[in-house]
Amino acid sequence: MRFKDVFSIMGPSMIGPSSSHTAGAARLGLAARQTLGGQPDEADVIFSGSFAETYLGHGTDLAVTAGLLGCAPDDERIRDAIALAEASGMQLRFGTELRPGGHPNTVRFQLRRQDREASLIGCSIGGGNVEIVGIDGFDVRFGADCPTLLIDHRDMAGTVAAMSVIVGRAGLNIRAMEVDRQSRSGRALTVMEMDQAVPPEVRRELEALQQVDRIRLVDLNGEERV
Amino acid sequence: MRFATLAQLSAQCREGAKTIGRYMIEEQVRESDKSEQEVFGQMADYYQVMKEAVRRGTTEDTKSRSGLTGGDAKRVMQYRADGAPSLGGEASAALAYALAVSEVNASMGRIIATPTAGSCGIIPGVFVSAQERFGWSDERMVEGLFAAGAIGYVIANQSFISGAEGGCQAEVGSAVGMAAGALTELRGGTPEQAVHAVGLALKNSLGLICDPVGGLVEIPCIVRNGFGAVTALAAADMALAGVRSVIPSDEVIGVMKDIGAAMPEAHRETAKGGLAQTPTGKAILSDLRKKGGRS
Repeated sequence: MRFKDVFSIMGPSMIGPSSSHTAGAARLGLAARQTLGGQPDEADVIFSGSFAETYLGHGTDLAVTAGLLGCAPDDERIRDAIALAEASGMQLRFGTELRPGGHPNTVRFQLRRQDREASLIGCSIGGGNVEIVGIDGFDVRFGADCPTLLIDHRDMAGTVAAMSVIVGRAGLNIRAMEVDRQSRSGRALTVMEMDQAVPPEVRRELEALQQVDRIRLVDLNGEERV
Repeated sequence: MRFATLAQLSAQCREGAKTIGRYMIEEQVRESDKSEQEVFGQMADYYQVMKEAVRRGTTEDTKSRSGLTGGDAKRVMQYRADGAPSLGGEASAALAYALAVSEVNASMGRIIATPTAGSCGIIPGVFVSAQERFGWSDERMVEGLFAAGAIGYVIANQSFISGAEGGCQAEVGSAVGMAAGALTELRGGTPEQAVHAVGLALKNSLGLICDPVGGLVEIPCIVRNGFGAVTALAAADMALAGVRSVIPSDEVIGVMKDIGAAMPEAHRETAKGGLAQTPTGKAILSDLRKKGGRS
């Protein structure tokens, strides 16, 4: 079943005018913020497909900015998000690009904060639901609708097993998981979608693994709201 | 969920001697592993958002970001107050409230997507006007929203609910079917009658294309929400009077899917056909582009 329950039909609660061009866009902005690990100082937001055609009329630019500020899709501040972002010192640049073969509603974020950078490519697939398809140059595919760990590590034998043991020992269930690497023995990214919230000590334990560089958490239904 | 068709839904309700709304609450609790209080509370919160959107849309400025729409709900409210609308007081309230919520959506206000933002006016239009008329409690309305959700769940999984996939029949059509079935039940109809109301309503929107001017959820979306609310009342009245959908409602849902699949892309939310490509539609689009989409 594509639609799982009553609230995939009734809802979400959202600021208009479009569940895919506004609510989904706000969630993509929030996912990008979480991927960076906080509010960006600089953000390049590049729309393609139907997003590129209609982003001004649908307020898609306001919605993604609200997400970057940490707002949920039903936050009234979406209407004033660009002004609020600029007042808080965020440098915003909007653009469009062609992505042949891409989903019609796709946005690419390039974010900077102090010495950190992050990039995210995401699609708004309808009814406010999103799919993340790229993180920092890695190909991924996840919905960000549950606690999702982004684990940057080196490509080394036994890494996936070591990470699974840590989460399994904590009684956490992995709902879905994928690994992508840039080259053999090079940088890799593992995405772990979890059924339960991930306690900080589990994060620390994962981070302590010798081949793991850092852990980020993305969860659009989670707590991080401003 | 333990049903996939409207026939199964109505059989399960009959077997358990339950309303569709009550049955759906129990199914949601089972599916989500959350308490009934939590599940009911979320829908109750949604109903408050709907009522607030009706209030705002009938009393406040709802000019859209493009500047193309806004204020029609207030016009209809004034017209109702001034004279004798052909629809009568109650149906014209459903019309005005549906326009109101749709205009709040277009002006970047808060709404509940039911099932989408483009069709968000129909269920609040029907529900809030019926609650005022019949004096029903909020709890009863919330149970009615679960009934609407059960119907929408079947339509969404057997067909579609987005204009990009199946045209406006999938958005506004689905919302009218959901509102008609739920209202039939709220007024004391049986689950069978509610299911007939869905079929009757859906038949009236088969083939409706999605052709938004400038690609925006405004023209013709807003007025179609107004029409949709009134149609839902008519379908519920027919079903309560004993009118049956001779083509079973599940078959109507099936044909909606076939029609949507055969619909050219130009008529599925791309603004490349229909009203969007009329001389005026094109002029509006080029004007929007010049202004950068803002008024």
